[in-house]
Amino acid sequence: MSILEILGGILIVIGSLFLFLGALGIYRMPDVYNRLQAGTKATTLGAMSLILGVGFLMPDWIMKILIIIIFIAYSNPISSHALARAMHLRKRFMFFKNEEIDAYKEIDKN
Amino acid sequence: MTYIIYFSLTIMIFGLILSAIRFIKGPTAGDRTVALDTMTTIGVSGVVLISYLFNRYIYLDVALIYGVLGFIGVIVIARYLEKAL
Repeated sequence: MSILEILGGILIVIGSLFLFLGALGIYRMPDVYNRLQAGTKATTLGAMSLILGVGFLMPDWIMKILIIIIFIAYSNPISSHALARAMHLRKRFMFFKNEEIDAYKEIDKN
Repeated sequence: MTYIIYFSLTIMIFGLILSAIRFIKGPTAGDRTVALDTMTTIGVSGVVLISYLFNRYIYLDVALIYGVLGFIGVIVIARYLEKAL
Protein backbone atom coordinates (compact mmCIF):
# COMPACT_ATOMS: atom_id res chain seq x y z
CA MET A 1 0.00 0.00 0.00
CA SER A 2 1.74 3.11 -1.22
CA ILE A 3 1.65 6.62 0.17
CA LEU A 4 -0.68 7.86 -2.57
CA GLU A 5 -3.31 5.25 -1.69
CA ILE A 6 -3.20 6.14 2.01
CA LEU A 7 -3.52 9.86 1.20
CA GLY A 8 -6.37 9.21 -1.24
CA GLY A 9 -8.27 7.09 1.28
CA ILE A 10 -7.97 9.77 3.96
CA LEU A 11 -9.17 12.45 1.51
CA ILE A 12 -12.13 10.30 0.43
CA VAL A 13 -13.26 9.71 4.02
CA ILE A 14 -12.90 13.43 4.89
CA GLY A 15 -14.86 14.40 1.77
CA SER A 16 -17.72 12.00 2.45
CA LEU A 17 -17.96 13.21 6.06
CA PHE A 18 -18.17 16.83 4.88
CA LEU A 19 -20.86 15.90 2.34
CA PHE A 20 -22.88 14.24 5.11
CA LEU A 21 -22.44 17.25 7.40
CA GLY A 22 -23.63 19.58 4.64
CA ALA A 23 -26.76 17.50 4.15
CA LEU A 24 -27.30 17.45 7.93
CA GLY A 25 -27.12 21.25 7.89
CA ILE A 26 -29.72 21.26 5.11
CA TYR A 27 -31.99 19.17 7.34
CA ARG A 28 -31.43 20.97 10.67
CA MET A 29 -31.04 24.70 9.96
CA PRO A 30 -34.06 26.98 10.53
CA ASP A 31 -33.88 29.47 7.65
CA VAL A 32 -33.20 29.46 3.93
CA TYR A 33 -30.04 31.58 4.32
CA ASN A 34 -28.65 29.27 6.98
CA ARG A 35 -29.44 26.31 4.77
CA LEU A 36 -27.58 27.97 1.89
CA GLN A 37 -24.59 28.62 4.15
CA ALA A 38 -24.44 25.05 5.44
CA GLY A 39 -25.40 23.27 2.28
CA THR A 40 -23.15 25.06 -0.20
CA LYS A 41 -19.82 25.63 1.54
CA ALA A 42 -19.48 22.28 3.29
CA THR A 43 -20.64 20.49 0.16
CA THR A 44 -18.09 22.33 -2.01
CA LEU A 45 -15.22 21.38 0.31
CA GLY A 46 -16.43 17.79 0.56
CA ALA A 47 -16.83 17.28 -3.17
CA MET A 48 -13.45 18.83 -3.99
CA SER A 49 -11.68 16.72 -1.35
CA LEU A 50 -13.38 13.49 -2.43
CA ILE A 51 -12.68 13.98 -6.14
CA LEU A 52 -9.04 14.90 -5.39
CA GLY A 53 -8.80 11.69 -3.35
CA VAL A 54 -9.95 9.68 -6.37
CA GLY A 55 -7.30 11.54 -8.39
CA PHE A 56 -4.65 10.40 -5.92
CA LEU A 57 -5.84 6.81 -6.24
CA MET A 58 -5.83 6.92 -10.06
CA PRO A 59 -2.94 9.17 -11.21
CA ASP A 60 -3.73 8.64 -14.91
CA TRP A 61 -7.07 10.44 -14.58
CA ILE A 62 -5.72 13.63 -13.03
CA MET A 63 -6.49 15.98 -15.95
CA LYS A 64 -10.24 15.32 -16.14
CA ILE A 65 -10.45 15.26 -12.35
CA LEU A 66 -8.83 18.71 -12.22
CA ILE A 67 -11.39 19.91 -14.78
CA ILE A 68 -14.25 18.64 -12.56
CA ILE A 69 -12.70 20.25 -9.44
CA ILE A 70 -12.29 23.63 -11.17
CA PHE A 71 -15.86 23.48 -12.46
CA ILE A 72 -17.25 22.72 -8.97
CA ALA A 73 -15.09 25.49 -7.47
CA TYR A 74 -16.63 28.13 -9.69
CA SER A 75 -20.16 26.87 -10.26
CA ASN A 76 -21.22 26.20 -6.65
CA PRO A 77 -20.68 29.75 -5.27
CA ILE A 78 -22.36 31.24 -8.35
CA SER A 79 -25.53 29.20 -7.86
CA SER A 80 -25.52 29.94 -4.11
CA HIS A 81 -25.23 33.67 -4.78
CA ALA A 82 -28.04 33.62 -7.34
CA LEU A 83 -30.34 31.75 -4.93
CA ALA A 84 -29.60 34.11 -2.03
CA ARG A 85 -30.28 37.12 -4.25
CA ALA A 86 -33.57 35.65 -5.45
CA MET A 87 -34.69 34.83 -1.92
CA HIS A 88 -33.79 38.34 -0.75
CA LEU A 89 -35.69 39.96 -3.59
CA ARG A 90 -38.85 38.01 -2.69
CA LYS A 91 -38.81 39.55 0.84
CA ARG A 92 -40.74 36.85 2.65
CA PHE A 93 -38.27 34.50 4.26
CA MET A 94 -36.62 36.38 7.12
CA PHE A 95 -35.93 34.20 10.15
CA PHE A 96 -35.27 37.21 12.39
CA LYS A 97 -38.31 39.42 11.99
CA ASN A 98 -36.95 42.75 13.21
CA GLU A 99 -33.71 42.99 11.35
CA GLU A 100 -32.59 46.48 10.46
CA ILE A 101 -29.39 45.92 8.50
CA ASP A 102 -30.03 45.57 4.79
CA ALA A 103 -26.77 45.98 2.92
CA TYR A 104 -28.20 44.90 -0.41
CA LYS A 105 -30.65 47.81 -0.50
CA GLU A 106 -27.84 50.28 0.14
CA ILE A 107 -25.87 48.81 -2.72
CA ASP A 108 -28.90 48.88 -4.98
CA LYS A 109 -29.53 52.61 -4.47
CA ASN A 110 -26.16 53.62 -5.87
CA MET B 1 -9.51 0.20 -0.23
CA THR B 2 -12.83 -1.22 -1.41
CA TYR B 3 -14.25 -1.09 2.12
CA ILE B 4 -13.32 2.60 2.38
CA ILE B 5 -15.26 3.25 -0.85
CA TYR B 6 -18.28 1.32 0.48
CA PHE B 7 -18.13 3.26 3.78
CA SER B 8 -18.03 6.61 1.95
CA LEU B 9 -20.90 5.64 -0.34
CA THR B 10 -23.01 4.61 2.67
CA ILE B 11 -22.42 7.93 4.44
CA MET B 12 -23.23 9.83 1.22
CA ILE B 13 -26.47 7.89 0.82
CA PHE B 14 -27.51 8.96 4.34
CA GLY B 15 -26.79 12.56 3.36
CA LEU B 16 -28.82 12.10 0.18
CA ILE B 17 -31.78 10.82 2.27
CA LEU B 18 -31.61 13.89 4.57
CA SER B 19 -31.54 16.25 1.56
CA ALA B 20 -34.48 14.37 0.02
CA ILE B 21 -36.50 14.85 3.22
CA ARG B 22 -35.83 18.59 3.06
CA PHE B 23 -36.66 18.54 -0.66
CA ILE B 24 -40.05 16.95 0.07
CA LYS B 25 -41.16 18.96 3.12
CA GLY B 26 -39.33 22.27 2.60
CA PRO B 27 -41.69 25.20 3.28
CA THR B 28 -40.66 27.44 0.37
CA ALA B 29 -39.33 27.01 -3.13
CA GLY B 30 -35.89 28.25 -2.06
CA ASP B 31 -35.46 25.41 0.44
CA ARG B 32 -36.32 22.87 -2.22
CA THR B 33 -33.83 24.42 -4.64
CA VAL B 34 -31.04 24.39 -2.04
CA ALA B 35 -31.79 20.73 -1.32
CA LEU B 36 -31.70 20.01 -5.07
CA ASP B 37 -28.29 21.71 -5.37
CA THR B 38 -26.90 19.64 -2.49
CA MET B 39 -28.32 16.43 -3.98
CA THR B 40 -26.67 17.26 -7.32
CA THR B 41 -23.25 17.79 -5.72
CA ILE B 42 -23.52 14.56 -3.71
CA GLY B 43 -24.56 12.78 -6.91
CA VAL B 44 -21.52 14.07 -8.81
CA SER B 45 -19.24 12.82 -6.03
CA GLY B 46 -21.04 9.47 -6.02
CA VAL B 47 -20.59 9.05 -9.77
CA VAL B 48 -16.85 9.77 -9.43
CA LEU B 49 -16.57 7.17 -6.66
CA ILE B 50 -18.44 4.61 -8.76
CA SER B 51 -16.08 5.42 -11.64
CA TYR B 52 -13.16 4.44 -9.41
CA LEU B 53 -14.97 1.38 -8.07
CA PHE B 54 -15.77 -0.05 -11.51
CA ASN B 55 -12.48 1.22 -13.05
CA ARG B 56 -14.22 3.01 -15.93
CA TYR B 57 -12.67 6.23 -17.24
CA ILE B 58 -15.73 7.26 -19.25
CA TYR B 59 -17.94 7.72 -16.16
CA LEU B 60 -16.04 10.94 -15.32
CA ASP B 61 -17.72 12.48 -18.37
CA VAL B 62 -21.08 11.50 -16.88
CA ALA B 63 -20.14 13.28 -13.64
CA LEU B 64 -19.03 16.42 -15.49
CA ILE B 65 -22.20 16.64 -17.61
CA TYR B 66 -24.38 15.99 -14.55
CA GLY B 67 -22.66 18.86 -12.74
CA VAL B 68 -23.18 21.21 -15.71
CA LEU B 69 -26.88 20.34 -15.96
CA GLY B 70 -27.46 20.78 -12.22
CA PHE B 71 -25.72 24.17 -12.27
CA ILE B 72 -27.80 25.41 -15.20
CA GLY B 73 -30.99 24.13 -13.56
CA VAL B 74 -30.31 25.96 -10.28
CA ILE B 75 -29.47 29.20 -12.14
CA VAL B 76 -32.69 28.98 -14.19
CA ILE B 77 -34.83 28.31 -11.08
CA ALA B 78 -33.21 31.23 -9.23
CA ARG B 79 -33.83 33.63 -12.12
CA TYR B 80 -37.44 32.40 -12.29
CA LEU B 81 -37.95 33.06 -8.56
CA GLU B 82 -36.67 36.61 -9.08
CA LYS B 83 -39.43 37.07 -11.68
CA ALA B 84 -36.69 38.02 -14.13
CA LEU B 85 -37.08 35.19 -16.64
